[in-house]
Amino acid sequence: MKTYPVEIKVNGEWQTAEVTARDTLLDLLRDRFGAFEVKNGCAQGDCGACTVILDHKAVNACLTLALQANGKNVTTLKGVGTPDHPHPLQQSFVEHGAIQCGFCTPGMVVSAKALLDNNPEPTRNEIREGISGNLCRCTGYNKIVEAIEDASLKREE
Amino acid sequence: MQKQHMQMRINGEPCEFWVEPNTLLMNLLRNEMELTGTKYGCGTGQCGGCTVLVNGEPVLSCLTLALAVDGADILTIEGVAAPDGTLDPIQEAFLDTAAIQCGYCTPGMVLMAKALLNKNPSPSEDQIREHIKGNLCRCTGYHRIVQAIKSCGE
Amino acid sequence: MTTTEYIKPGDLSDLHHLMEEYKGRATVVAGGTNLIPEMRNGEKAPELLIDISDMAALSFIRENNGSIAIGAATTIAEMAASPVLLDNSPILASAAKQLGNPLTRNRATLGGNLANASPCADTAPPLLALDASVEILSPGGKTRQVSLSKFFHGYKFTDLAKGEILTGITFPKPNDSTKGSHTKIGLRNAASICVASIAVALDMEGKTCRKARVAAGSVAPIPMRAYRVEKLLEGKEINAALLEECMAVVKEEISPISDIRGSLEYRSYVTAMILKRNIKRALKQEI
Repeated sequence: MKTYPVEIKVNGEWQTAEVTARDTLLDLLRDRFGAFEVKNGCAQGDCGACTVILDHKAVNACLTLALQANGKNVTTLKGVGTPDHPHPLQQSFVEHGAIQCGFCTPGMVVSAKALLDNNPEPTRNEIREGISGNLCRCTGYNKIVEAIEDASLKREE
Repeated sequence: MQKQHMQMRINGEPCEFWVEPNTLLMNLLRNEMELTGTKYGCGTGQCGGCTVLVNGEPVLSCLTLALAVDGADILTIEGVAAPDGTLDPIQEAFLDTAAIQCGYCTPGMVLMAKALLNKNPSPSEDQIREHIKGNLCRCTGYHRIVQAIKSCGE
Repeated sequence: MTTTEYIKPGDLSDLHHLMEEYKGRATVVAGGTNLIPEMRNGEKAPELLIDISDMAALSFIRENNGSIAIGAATTIAEMAASPVLLDNSPILASAAKQLGNPLTRNRATLGGNLANASPCADTAPPLLALDASVEILSPGGKTRQVSLSKFFHGYKFTDLAKGEILTGITFPKPNDSTKGSHTKIGLRNAASICVASIAVALDMEGKTCRKARVAAGSVAPIPMRAYRVEKLLEGKEINAALLEECMAVVKEEISPISDIRGSLEYRSYVTAMILKRNIKRALKQEI
């Protein structure tokens, strides 16, 4: 298979690899860059577990070719906040019990961050719309929506 | 069916009831007392969601007639935290270890843990697993529940 | 497994050269939201991918000289948020907003939605109702325009010849007397393939309809115009009786199928309902 060099700034750090034209950004992040927080839920853009921010826009990593991210910024959950310095969203998800099995959570938090970056005070409907690309099989979404709303209010403080 | 009189202490409070003989303890707690922390999971004694402590011993309330515990001391999950809301160390452990997902098995698990730790303050992992065999969890895979209980040991 | 090659042209002249060189052996990719799942499941195995996702020259929404032009690499998210579209063609912005989900809308493009030519393509019915034309680039640098109403030939089969690329669409800027409305029926509020959709654009003179454009999606092998409904409406005063006639006629014009998302009977019923609803909404009056 023909390969090409690719260079991507993942959570602020430049990383390089040789990829084929068919490798997706999801493949690259998990298999080569060790970014296991980016989940492979469906590999076809239906579940949102692989959500990352690509140059300011939340996208499905599984629907982005690795080469299409060349030279760009990618933010995963680990770029949103860390255990030592959690983002208000992460804090809020924990406080609100918005996490059960945790599989949707990385994608959910990344989508929520992209939402709040574009719309700092969303209504509940806007929150639901903003996360409508992220499926959760556990929580029924209510606590996730409350957590995001709470985080948006806290950002204002 | 003719109702009969009974009394018991529930979470430290004396209570009295007139119950039909076929009333289950689980339904008395949930419907009469509105203590819905005790869960109706299967109704056949297989899941452990209905676990309460009767005189300190774990009991499946879906398989216990209310009249059978006339005069007893009942502890449900609502009685585990202190009256002022301070959580029991077992409850803290479950939270700290993130041993709760949907939360449905949790009341039963916490009460089983309480009963175990009262008898055996420092149970091994095997002893914990043996003890909670009758409590099913569909979410967590049990690992963190066992860890939580273990962390309460001395 | 055959290898796939990848090229990212810098600008339009690069693209011209590539098309000349590869003459149809290449597959153009922008958002990849249709192509990548097809590649994964083995449906497609492109020899060469030409990536136009970052091509600025194909990514625009412009108003000039009484018409609106949208580049093929414009994302659906950009269309949904565009002040130009929200002001001038809200039925198109409405359809864009309901395509896929926020994540796929950030990558999916207008060109991909039309070139993929699913009968359920969300942007097609409003564009048909807006009398849009497709801009096509052929190898050798020639360009041509095709009315969107003549672009779809059959199920996932368009007027694009091998080696041609859809570069954008244009439509006449609707005037103030044009009223429009659009409804998409789906099984969910988001991430929902269209079950049936209607877009209407009515040029009104008081209560009389001067010109009618009615388009339907997901109820035929192609996104379609309901020409007989349009003829019924044109030159007439729109009232309840006329709407009932339109509902009967649209059921005859469409050819829905039964599939996992809905039955033929349901699609037929709901298309007629949303036709009436959209005409009433467009006119904003009680009939």
